[in-house]
Amino acid sequence: MKIAVCIKQVPDTTEVRLDPKTNTLIRDGVPSIINPDDKSGIESALKIKEENPEATVTVVCMGPPQADVALREALAMGCDDAILISGREFGGSDTYATATIIASGLKKVGFDLIITGRQAIDGDTAQVGPQIAEQMKIPQISYAEELKVEGDSVIVKRQFEDCYHIVKAKMPCLVTALSELAKPRYMTVRGIIDAYEKNITVLGFDDLKDMLNPEWIGLNGSPTNVVQSFTKQAKAKGTKLTGLTDDEAVEAIVAKLDELHLI
Amino acid sequence: MSKDVFVVIEQREGHVQKVGLELLGEAQKLAAVLGEKVVAILLGSNITGKAKMLYEYGADKVIVVDDPMLKLYVTEPYAKALTTVIGLYDPNVVLFGASSIGRDLAPRVAGRVHTGLTADCTKLDVDAENGLLLMTRPAFGGNIMATIVCKNYRPQMATVRPGVMKMPERKEAAECEPEIVRVAFEPSDMNVEIMEVLPKATKSVDITEAKVLVSGGRAVGGAEGFEPLHKLADVLGGEVASSRVGVDSGWIEKDRQVGQTGKTVRPDLYVACGISGAIQHLAGMEDSEFILAINKDATCPMMEIADLGIQGDIKKIVPKLTEAITKFKASKAVDK
Repeated sequence: MKIAVCIKQVPDTTEVRLDPKTNTLIRDGVPSIINPDDKSGIESALKIKEENPEATVTVVCMGPPQADVALREALAMGCDDAILISGREFGGSDTYATATIIASGLKKVGFDLIITGRQAIDGDTAQVGPQIAEQMKIPQISYAEELKVEGDSVIVKRQFEDCYHIVKAKMPCLVTALSELAKPRYMTVRGIIDAYEKNITVLGFDDLKDMLNPEWIGLNGSPTNVVQSFTKQAKAKGTKLTGLTDDEAVEAIVAKLDELHLI
Repeated sequence: MSKDVFVVIEQREGHVQKVGLELLGEAQKLAAVLGEKVVAILLGSNITGKAKMLYEYGADKVIVVDDPMLKLYVTEPYAKALTTVIGLYDPNVVLFGASSIGRDLAPRVAGRVHTGLTADCTKLDVDAENGLLLMTRPAFGGNIMATIVCKNYRPQMATVRPGVMKMPERKEAAECEPEIVRVAFEPSDMNVEIMEVLPKATKSVDITEAKVLVSGGRAVGGAEGFEPLHKLADVLGGEVASSRVGVDSGWIEKDRQVGQTGKTVRPDLYVACGISGAIQHLAGMEDSEFILAINKDATCPMMEIADLGIQGDIKKIVPKLTEAITKFKASKAVDK
C-alpha cells in the first residue's frame, strides 16, 4: 500500500502581527511550519504504516525550494520518502491550479491512499484536497477525525457540525485530516540524521507537463485572481473606562445595557 | 449566456439550514444589481415540499433534485446532481454555505465544471463596471482581507460562512411549484458507504443563533471558571462562547468557539470576558452590534475595538454584574 501525505509549508499565522503604524503584516522572523492539519495527516499515515508494515509513506509538498525544510521534518518523523513539486511555472496558482499540479505529480507516481490536511492556516480554503480528488477522479472523505485501513478500504469517522458519519470507501481515495485526527509525534535524533540522508525527489514542470494542461496552471491558468488585498479598517473608537472600582464598573455596564434596551 | 444567481440550499435530515436562507437574502441584493433572478437549488430525498419556503424567503425560482440517493450527504451523488443542474441552467453565480458540507461539495463541483471558487467569503459585491462578482474573504488567520474575482469561467462560485449574511424576511409568495430535475444516478455513484451515523456526544449549541453571547478567554482559567459566565448569560438570555484557548484547553466544547477556526457570530451583545483579542478571534466577532470587554489589561486589542471597555477582573465583576442585572430586572418588573 502506497500512502501519500500532501503537506504545505505555512507561516505560523499565530505569530503574524500587524504593524500598528503601517497597518501591514509583519512577516519578518515569523517561523515557517508544516501546516497543523497536514502534520496530523502525517501522523495518521505513520500509524497506518505501523500496523501495515508493507505500507510506504511518501510526503509531497508543492512550494519553493525552501519547502525542503518541511519535507525533512516529515522524513525525520518517519516518512519513507519525499517529493518536492517546484517550478516557476507553478507560481501564483489558485486552488484549482494547485490541485491540478499536485494531482499530476500524484498520478505520475501512483498511490492507493492520499491524505491531505483539511485546510491550511494561511489560506483557510479547504479546497485543494477535494480538488485533487476530483482531478484524480477518486472518492474523497473530508473532515476525518479517525482513519483506519481494512483490506482494500479505508474506514473514516467524518465530522459534521452536528454528527459524525462512519464511512467506508475503497482505495484509491483521498482523505482530508482534521488536527484532531492524530497528535503528531516528535522527530527523533535518529530520524533527523536519517532525514538528511534520504533523497528528496524534485518534480518540475518538465517532469509533469505530459500529465497536465499547461494552460490550467500558474497565475494565468488560475480561474480566480486576487484584485485587491487590504487590512481591515479599524472601527470607530468606543468608550474605555479604567481605574474604576468593581461596583462602579458594574454600575457603568448596567447603565449602558439599559440605554441599549439589552436588559 | 450565463445568468442568474443560484444558491445551493443546505438541508440536513430534511431540515433547511439557516445559512441557505441567509444566502437567499444576499442573492437578492446581487441579483438586483445584475438585473438577474435568484434561483434556489434544493438537493435531497423527500424534499420537494420545502420548495415553498424558499420562494417565501425570496427565491424567484426553485430547482429540486429529489432522489433517495441524496438522503444523506455523500460527496459524489451531490456533486453529480449539482453538476447536472449547472449544466442545464448555466448560472452566472453559485453560492454555498461554508459548512462542512458546502466546503466539501463546492470545491469538488468547481473542479468538475472547471471554474473558480472563493472560500469563506465575508462580503459579496458586484463590480459596477464589468458586472463581476467581487468576493472578499479573510486570509492569514484574518490578518488581511482579499477581494477575488473569477473573470473567465462561469459560474462564479463562492462559499459564505454561516452567520455572516443577514436573514431575509419571510414573505407570502405567489409561486410555490419547483422545477424538478431528474439526475441519472448509477449505483456506482455511491462510492462512499455510510456505515453509521453517530450523534455528537454533547448536545450542540448554535451560538450563531444567540442574540447575546458571553464569551470567555484565557483569564477564565478553567472549566469551573465558565460557571459565572453561564449565570451571566442566563440573566441576559444568551449563550456562552469561548475564544480558542478555552476549547484547546478542554474547558468548553468546540461548538462554542468563536473565531477564524470557530464560528462567525454577530449578536446584539458580545461580552468578552478576559479575552485579549487575537486577530483570529476578532475575525469571528467584530461585527457584533455591541461589544462589551472586561479585561485587566486596558491596552489589549479587544479593549481597543470594544464599544465599552471596562478595565477590571472578570472574576469579581462578572458575578457582581449578574447580581446587578437580576436586581435591575426585578426593579423594572415592579415599576410596571
